[in-house]
Amino acid sequence: MPHSATFAAAHFTQLRPRLVAFARLQLRDATAAEDAVQETLLTAFEKSATFEGRSEFETWVFGILKYKILDQLRQQRRQGTWQPLGLGLDEDTLDRLFQQDGHWQSAARPSHWGEPEQVLENQRFWQVFDACLIALPESIARVFTLRELMGLSTTEICKEIGITETNCWVILHRARLRLRECLDHGWLN
Amino acid sequence: MLMCREATELMSLKQDKILTLREKMALRLHLSMCRDCRHCARQFDLLHNISDHHPASRLSSRKTLDD
Repeated sequence: MPHSATFAAAHFTQLRPRLVAFARLQLRDATAAEDAVQETLLTAFEKSATFEGRSEFETWVFGILKYKILDQLRQQRRQGTWQPLGLGLDEDTLDRLFQQDGHWQSAARPSHWGEPEQVLENQRFWQVFDACLIALPESIARVFTLRELMGLSTTEICKEIGITETNCWVILHRARLRLRECLDHGWLN
Repeated sequence: MLMCREATELMSLKQDKILTLREKMALRLHLSMCRDCRHCARQFDLLHNISDHHPASRLSSRKTLDD
């Protein structure tokens, strides 16, 4: 039966690159990502929990990693490495995408991506997705990843980074528009 | 009348909170008439589901991202 430390040890090596990739998307700093993963693995290793199987084990480890990522973000904020200031309204994006009257600019009109199930299974889609996410301005990307990769509510995000919920909604709107635009160009063409 | 720009705001907001009835109706009406925005709405829905499907966090995935 797979359980406890033996089971964990056997799967850490395999899981590690994915943990690092996940942490990097959110922390945007190789060292901080490594630190978060290192702490996650230590915590996971110390707790000799019993697991029925691999997916349960992975859920548990990713759960720990999310806490560690939040710790790192708080630390970065305290050290002033990252300030949630300068979260402007990003009007440039809106002007690029929409005409004065509120219609889509003809060059920015969204294309059809096909069936969601197929899109999400497509490896190329994910490569472009990661590239697009990294290309987003940091402040916008942070809010987006907290919401969509970490699964925090907008209320929680407000508390975490000290912005208003309205501001949070505005940022998420811009992030989604930019990401879908980037995916439209980078993935379909 | 809701324009595309405002429609995308509601599509985004829908992912983060429950829309008011009025917002829902306005969005539905706009989407029924605008194909571009229907595409956009589906893409926002898809972006909202990424955490379950991202290769890094997807359960029992054998795929890894390039470091």
